[in-house]
Amino acid sequence: MTTGVRYETPATVQEAAVLMAQFQATARILAGGTDLLVQMRSGRQNPGVIVNVKHIDEMMTIREESDRFIVGAAMPCMKVINHPGFSRAFPGVVDGANLIGSVQVRGRATMGGNLCNASPAADSVPAVIAAGGIAIVQGPQGSRRVAVEDIPVGPGKTSLAPGELLVAFEFAKLAQRTGTAYLRFTPRTEMDIAVVGAGVRITLDQEGVCTDAKVCLGAVAEKAIVVPEAAQALVGTRVDEAALENLAKAASAAARPITDKRGTKEFRIKLAGVIARRAALKALARAKEQQ
Amino acid sequence: MLKKTEEPVKDLKVVGTRPIRPDGVPKVTGHAQYGADYYLPGMLWGKILRSPHAHARIRSIDTSKAQALPGVKAVMVGSDLPEQKFDYLGPDRVQVNFWHMTRNIMAREKALYVGHAVAAVAATTPEIAAEAIKLIEVDYEVLPHVIDVDEAMAEDAPLLFEDMITRGVNPSPTKPSNIARRAEFKIGDVEAGFAQADEIVEMSFKTSPVHQGYIEPHACLARFGADGQCEIWSSSQGHFMVRGYTAKILGIPVNNLVVHPAEIGGGFGGKTVVYVEPIAATLSRKSGLPVKIVMTREEVFLATGPTAGSSMTVRMGVKRDGKIVAADGVFKFQAGAFPGSPVMNGCMCAFSVYDLENARAVGYDVVSNRPKSAAYRAPGSPIVAFAVESVVDELARRIGMDPLELRLRNAVKVGSPTIWGPKHGHGGFRETIEALMNHPEYKKPLGPNQGRGVASGFWFNGAGESAVTIHVGEDGSVSIASGSMDVGGSRASMAIMAAETLGIPYEKVRSTVANTASIGYNHVTGGSRVTYATGMAVVQACERIIEDLRTRAAMMWDVNVDDVIWEDGCAKPANPSVGDFKPLTLAEIAAKRAVTGGPIAAEVAINAGGQAPGFSTQFCDVEVDPETGAVKILRFVAAQDVGRAIHPSYVEGQIQGGVTQGIGWALNETYVYNSKGEMENAGFLDYRMPVASDLPMIEAVIVEVPNPNHPYGVKGAGEVNIVPVTAAVANAIRSATGVRLTSLPMSPPVVLQALESESASV
Amino acid sequence: MAKHHVTTTINGETVEFLCDTKQSLLDVLRNQLYMTGTKEGCATGDCGACTVNMDGTIVCSCLVLGVEAEGKSIQTIEGMAKGSELHPLQQKFLEHAALQCGICTPGVLVAAKALLERNPDPTEEEVRYWLAGNLCRCTGYNKIVEAVLDAARVMRGASNA
Repeated sequence: MTTGVRYETPATVQEAAVLMAQFQATARILAGGTDLLVQMRSGRQNPGVIVNVKHIDEMMTIREESDRFIVGAAMPCMKVINHPGFSRAFPGVVDGANLIGSVQVRGRATMGGNLCNASPAADSVPAVIAAGGIAIVQGPQGSRRVAVEDIPVGPGKTSLAPGELLVAFEFAKLAQRTGTAYLRFTPRTEMDIAVVGAGVRITLDQEGVCTDAKVCLGAVAEKAIVVPEAAQALVGTRVDEAALENLAKAASAAARPITDKRGTKEFRIKLAGVIARRAALKALARAKEQQ
Repeated sequence: MLKKTEEPVKDLKVVGTRPIRPDGVPKVTGHAQYGADYYLPGMLWGKILRSPHAHARIRSIDTSKAQALPGVKAVMVGSDLPEQKFDYLGPDRVQVNFWHMTRNIMAREKALYVGHAVAAVAATTPEIAAEAIKLIEVDYEVLPHVIDVDEAMAEDAPLLFEDMITRGVNPSPTKPSNIARRAEFKIGDVEAGFAQADEIVEMSFKTSPVHQGYIEPHACLARFGADGQCEIWSSSQGHFMVRGYTAKILGIPVNNLVVHPAEIGGGFGGKTVVYVEPIAATLSRKSGLPVKIVMTREEVFLATGPTAGSSMTVRMGVKRDGKIVAADGVFKFQAGAFPGSPVMNGCMCAFSVYDLENARAVGYDVVSNRPKSAAYRAPGSPIVAFAVESVVDELARRIGMDPLELRLRNAVKVGSPTIWGPKHGHGGFRETIEALMNHPEYKKPLGPNQGRGVASGFWFNGAGESAVTIHVGEDGSVSIASGSMDVGGSRASMAIMAAETLGIPYEKVRSTVANTASIGYNHVTGGSRVTYATGMAVVQACERIIEDLRTRAAMMWDVNVDDVIWEDGCAKPANPSVGDFKPLTLAEIAAKRAVTGGPIAAEVAINAGGQAPGFSTQFCDVEVDPETGAVKILRFVAAQDVGRAIHPSYVEGQIQGGVTQGIGWALNETYVYNSKGEMENAGFLDYRMPVASDLPMIEAVIVEVPNPNHPYGVKGAGEVNIVPVTAAVANAIRSATGVRLTSLPMSPPVVLQALESESASV
Repeated sequence: MAKHHVTTTINGETVEFLCDTKQSLLDVLRNQLYMTGTKEGCATGDCGACTVNMDGTIVCSCLVLGVEAEGKSIQTIEGMAKGSELHPLQQKFLEHAALQCGICTPGVLVAAKALLERNPDPTEEEVRYWLAGNLCRCTGYNKIVEAVLDAARVMRGASNA
């Protein structure tokens, strides 16, 4: 009765996938535990089996290849943030990971958990999406690659099939003169869940004209949303005031938030534009730094 | 930071220094024991079942399934506590009604808020206890609920008590309502006063309830024996209060209960009442085993008293020369489920820094379906100050006068009237204003989107009952025991005052807090009273000890006691003609105690009076982000008259802490309710208290205008610092943006909306 | 179902305990090992009062399962002083009056120690952001920040000696 929860520590992804497929609805992955333990305490989650994936090497390490980084989904954010190579190449992703909770929470919380918990306000998600992250998913049938934006489908729900688990994020190295950034709005300076979040990627050509961009908003819809119109507002421009104004308008127009204890619908719609614009400026500055 | 405004009364050696506190090492090494840190063999874990409904009649409670669960050793419901007489007891401002109190501790006829305790169990593990409460079946008849104070006062509001007739109204109303009490204070003739005004400002305000936010949840351990004697270890602001209230609620004599004071992890007024102790004691009585109860953070928010929310209207009139001629306020306070909001305090404090001939304050204490309010740092005063100090800011603008100047022109002094009758007996307010006028940052220019706000505040400060004992040990070392819980360093202050009085080094004095069996009655640690009243008792006890030591020295020298003086920690001949005697130290006198009268000890038990109020004037610089409504505090300077800073570091700490709580109150703290009356933000994630990165360094300016009634000039320092803060921030936002915010919290959406309406209306 | 038998290292000592799957490390430290220096303020990772150092990283022990302690090296507040010799942070907290009620103090000290191990010369802003996960309701953080900066100065001086 009170001691009835089973605890497993698989050593490989395959073992973990088999366990997840075997126990399905009653199994939960334990990565950082910063969502799971809170939800177990409140009664929102009541797993019969807890699968601790932190003994699985490939989920706990960053591998750099010539054209990409593979980041283990269960790496604590602190380790991702402090990885010199990755943080230099993807400062925008680090922005997001660095805003989850507190230093203590980041000592445990993971980008994989942040994504799969599927809170619409998750901080690393818009950052990872804007940076072009691909999710490497493993099931008992094998592995597949999915754009990260296709993983969350609604609050607390992902597109992962029963038995599947997120193993790693793949980040193709960015083109020259590309800047990434994530900003969010919170009432306090730290510790809050984002009221609005924006991840932006901007690539400039040698003349300083934007050739490619991606904008992803968090906390303004049932999941993180990519806003192509906001990105289009920048492409072909020097990312001047007028372009940013258009980006902001597009971001506000795309926002479809609810009113909840963290913000009203009206406030979020307004802030979507403001924060997207500020994130774009930060990404722009980083893109220019590389010139 | 120390600014002396008057010369010290004597040359002080220990008072005013910053030694290390006696409870410091246990607290930095993790060894200090707080309420949840006690364990006894065989101990059970208690857990409380709480109402999921904001308002419901309790038709029946069936605990049989819980009782039958293996591991459950005791179960209780409200009727396990004896009934209490319905009677309002004690001084007007802080009345207690045990009929209400026992029902707040555990419901009987009705559940009056989500989180209201309805039953409890004790079991061998916390997990079994948590399982067991789920098995208790309560038949509720859900009723419509009301939370907001204005809605609770409306004609057709659901009634919490069907027989509540408003007290303080003559003739009594015939219809019941949720208005427990109306209070009115007035002096002079406000309408005549307003007739003289050149400018009149009237504004209405709404404030949200806020929680004291102590990091330590309520916790206790109780052991009730078969002989009816009980021991409780609990963290509170007053173990005598715990003993008294618990004994009354249980219906046992006070001396059958011994309460041991655990260290306390913050109280700020919220731990001057009991919640878990009577429950743990009852479960222990029923099971025959010790029972420990520790609240979760969620329970703290759902079921313990925050301060009141409010709805207020304040009208004030000023002449062009700066004289405030009239002030009128209506203050409606949300008491929570049972009467007892601090609205009377509010009425009395509202205009108390201003020298007024014509003033009126009307207060309403209104019940509604949320936890019963409890004291929170200068209860009532910060709420009314938000309204009054905002209006005063507007008055200053209307006549084009600097806000500090306007306050100076109207500052109370000795002999000024108060709205409740007596004249002000102490100064100090003027000096806090002057401290800021002369402050180098006050005139510093500000940048775009930045503004500066000023506000002042008043708090009565308390005195009351304190008992202390002092013993001189066999080796001459000194031990002080008091019954005052130490919330923020008072053991150090007691030791400082004792060392100063006895003329010995601080290190020779040890200061502890004794349990309820070992010392006389002590009123709670609250009301900024301990350094004043308990300190006074300490000094008096030391003076008795000195008398005793002189007598013994006289015996040892075979001279008259009048020929012996006490100086620099020694007995000395009063003059050379008395004889050639070397000074006698404490150690030397103690060594001879058996032949000079036995143990060297003194107890002093007093009901102190003569306390002086606290005054504070503050300014705050903010920067407002015009696109998001976020408010950043750039600078905060708080000047406060503390009479004499016994330990300046802890006085500064009180000021910095109170200001920080006020900043949270101003910007982000609130209770969010859904349509069912459930609190949606019952945790530290969404109940947003300031974190370290939200704040700049807060400058505490200590002003000292000594209180002659206290041997060292002490005035209470703990509370008044929170009073002006919300208005200082609101006035700074006004200055930065041109927008006047009249509701708390001034969170970003609220600020942004106000900025946008403002620019829309231009 | 049987309890887990966990072997771990706490403050340099090997410790064994039994626990259920759902018990947090905080529950185990306090209610089984009676190491009550680590405090529960919220149990949801929002206040930092339960901060411990696990394998060199500060974490909220309320968000770690007891069973996860297997094979780890955990440092709590009880291990900060060396016998009767206080750590410079502990000493400076006392000198600067950086605690009033003291309930947040163990968590703050463990967190601050980790900061100074990683960054021996932090700015005021860096200290504030590092400690943002440690709520204090008494002090307004002023004297905490001053104490941490002063301890850092002392520790840098000692290491230069």
